[in-house]
Amino acid sequence: MSTVAEPASLLTVALIGNPNTGKSTLFNALSGSRALTGNYPGVTVEKKISRMTCGDRAVDLIDLPGTYSLAPRTLDEMVAVNVLLGKQSDVRAPDVVICIVDASNIERNLYLVSQVLDMALPTIVVLNMCDVAAARGIQIDVPALSKRLGLPVIKTEAHRKRGLDELRSTIVSVAAVAPTHHLDRPPIFPAAFAAECEQLGAMLTSLGKPQTPYFLLERLLLDVGGYLEGHFVDGQASQLTAHLVGARERLAAQGVKVPAAEARLRYEWIRNILEGVLTRPASRPVTVSDKLDSFLTHRVAGLVVFALLMLGMFQAIYTGAKPLMELCDAGKDRVGNVVGGWLPAGMLNSLVVDGIIGGVGAVLVFLPQITLLFLFMAILEDCGYMARAAFLVDRLMTRLGLSGKSFVPLMSSFACAVPGILATRVIENRRDRMTTILVAPLMSCSARQPVYVLMATAFVPATTVLGGWQLPTLVVFGMTFLGALVAVPIAWLLKKTVFRGETPPFVMELPSYKWPSPGVIFNRVYEQAREFVVRAGTLIMATTVLIWGAGYFPGDHSRVDELTAQIEALQADPTRAEEHAEEIDDLVSQQNQMRGQLLEESYLGRFGHAIEPAVRPLGWDWRIGVGVMASFPAREVIVTTLGTIYSLGSSVEADDRNLVSAVQAARWPDGRPVYNVPVAVSIMVFFALCAQCASTLLVIRRETNSWRWPVFTFCYMTALAYLGALLAYQIGRLWS
Amino acid sequence: MLSRGEQARICGVQGDDAVAVRLMEMGLVEGQTIEHLGAAPLGDPVEYSVCGYRLSLRLSEARRVQVE
Repeated sequence: MSTVAEPASLLTVALIGNPNTGKSTLFNALSGSRALTGNYPGVTVEKKISRMTCGDRAVDLIDLPGTYSLAPRTLDEMVAVNVLLGKQSDVRAPDVVICIVDASNIERNLYLVSQVLDMALPTIVVLNMCDVAAARGIQIDVPALSKRLGLPVIKTEAHRKRGLDELRSTIVSVAAVAPTHHLDRPPIFPAAFAAECEQLGAMLTSLGKPQTPYFLLERLLLDVGGYLEGHFVDGQASQLTAHLVGARERLAAQGVKVPAAEARLRYEWIRNILEGVLTRPASRPVTVSDKLDSFLTHRVAGLVVFALLMLGMFQAIYTGAKPLMELCDAGKDRVGNVVGGWLPAGMLNSLVVDGIIGGVGAVLVFLPQITLLFLFMAILEDCGYMARAAFLVDRLMTRLGLSGKSFVPLMSSFACAVPGILATRVIENRRDRMTTILVAPLMSCSARQPVYVLMATAFVPATTVLGGWQLPTLVVFGMTFLGALVAVPIAWLLKKTVFRGETPPFVMELPSYKWPSPGVIFNRVYEQAREFVVRAGTLIMATTVLIWGAGYFPGDHSRVDELTAQIEALQADPTRAEEHAEEIDDLVSQQNQMRGQLLEESYLGRFGHAIEPAVRPLGWDWRIGVGVMASFPAREVIVTTLGTIYSLGSSVEADDRNLVSAVQAARWPDGRPVYNVPVAVSIMVFFALCAQCASTLLVIRRETNSWRWPVFTFCYMTALAYLGALLAYQIGRLWS
Repeated sequence: MLSRGEQARICGVQGDDAVAVRLMEMGLVEGQTIEHLGAAPLGDPVEYSVCGYRLSLRLSEARRVQVE
């Protein structure tokens, strides 16, 4: 992978560093343009690469996830190691590694640097946030540090774009020089350790393994029960395990007790490196950040601020996005009408208007909420408050088997599970993150409201109870919290079964507060929104078209289309339209009648009839069954589907008086009313717990990088919803 | 266990599982000074200052850290 030959060839540079070092800011400042993002295959780790130029060289800059250590415990953590060692098949081996270090927190940051040095790659250390360090009276002798490490050390202030030119030219010069071993750098481990690594390497080669890089041998010895041990032992179990146990015993006898020795030796090495290089004031000065913290993490004041912030954020997502969402919806109808007018009535018209434009609308309608939530999240994260929020509510969330970091994503899910699930990216523990993702759709999102409103208005007697509360309002309120209540035992159960394992540590840095960087925030929000539209969006559209097809075929729609043409002809001339107003109304109701019949005869309708025995115990007839199935792309669709089935046309609202009276009037063949209070409650409970939201499921697919979890979510939530609805109906029937 | 505002020198971390390794990686090694800065509303987790930065630990993790 030598790049010395051609001066104009592409360089690959990997950027690594601790969280909260300004790594994203540096990445954006260096590359300027937008990054290509995606996932590394098979894992949930995000891949972020951007093209930039250093002098006359084109450079691919790879942003690795922020980490405190390169000791991989899971496949996800192994990705960074694989990228650095050039073992990740879809990324070129890096020519240069940039290790970004927070100058105000240099001691702990050098831990990761010391691990990167063990890879013997051309490395540059970037000292970022030197301004913060200076404000705290911390002085670093950069030339001396560079000499001791045997590496170029560059001072930057990424948010002010300072030091970037020097960094760019250093990248080119470092890449041009072959890596040499700096013998003047003090060794981290004693000679006995290096000897054990060599022995282990020889042993692996004798087992027929290809030459193993020194860094991996080191990790094999140091990480007891780590990812590599599991990976290598696979197959040659007894021999390698025995060798490792023996080697660790020999090392312990020489004073290198694994695993405790690594941290001790590395920090000792860091202390020696920094001796005389780092000057700290005798007493730590109280900074603005400290003063803010004494207030923001205060037992009382901290909680009040937190509650106000969360309430404000929720309110903004819930109501602030509403006008924009209505605009999206209105825009969709408008475009649908215009396009519908151009195209001749028929299947193509219906496909374009109801299938495709409806699908695009279904995607875009989420955008305002997603963008707003991500704006808030990015600001809170970038300024350093997110860690405090997790700190404040951690105790509460651990009682549910989750961690403090699950709070914000779950709360956001009350507006919409899609941004809520995207927000789980801040949870670094996989089991915590997965549990949060899987229970997030149980939070009552805004799409469930129309269903609750329709059912509660129609069937719950509007009596006043408990001193002034309307009973329907109370029922809607109760339904809103049913999901969250059920989520508690579900989360507990998931943590006990599927995601069993020891409680992940909550060892969390509380970074210094800083002004959020507009560039980083803009980039993050833009990327999230774009990714949602491109990745989940296409699948959401496909689902919408699929369900449209199931509800359209195989019926003969020629009569409906003829009626449409007749109505349009009458409406074309305003004076005639007025004269024939009655005739138009008559035609429209005929048409609605026909549409209802066509839906009943469609594949969807036939399927609804077929599953009627299954939904009968819930008190439902085939119409409700069809409504539930048609609402798979999104829950609120049930309202319009019921509108079509009851021949009212598809443009009904949840509180439409005709729809309310139509459902009230619906009868079984023997004359009993279909809907009564238990049935209404059964439908509401079903919708409170079901996973009837293609967007959510597809976002789960995107975030977990696997089809297994959306399928699992759909199955467990549907089973839960069915059981809940069954219980609600059967108990309700006994009652009334 | 330290109480609010107290400082002490670390003399080690109990155990050699993943949690212990994590604590040590974060700088909780022998010889470092640790200071208790305050606790969350329900008394857990606790905020400490170590290596010149702020670190939050649950009580169950903080108990692992042995101080002089």
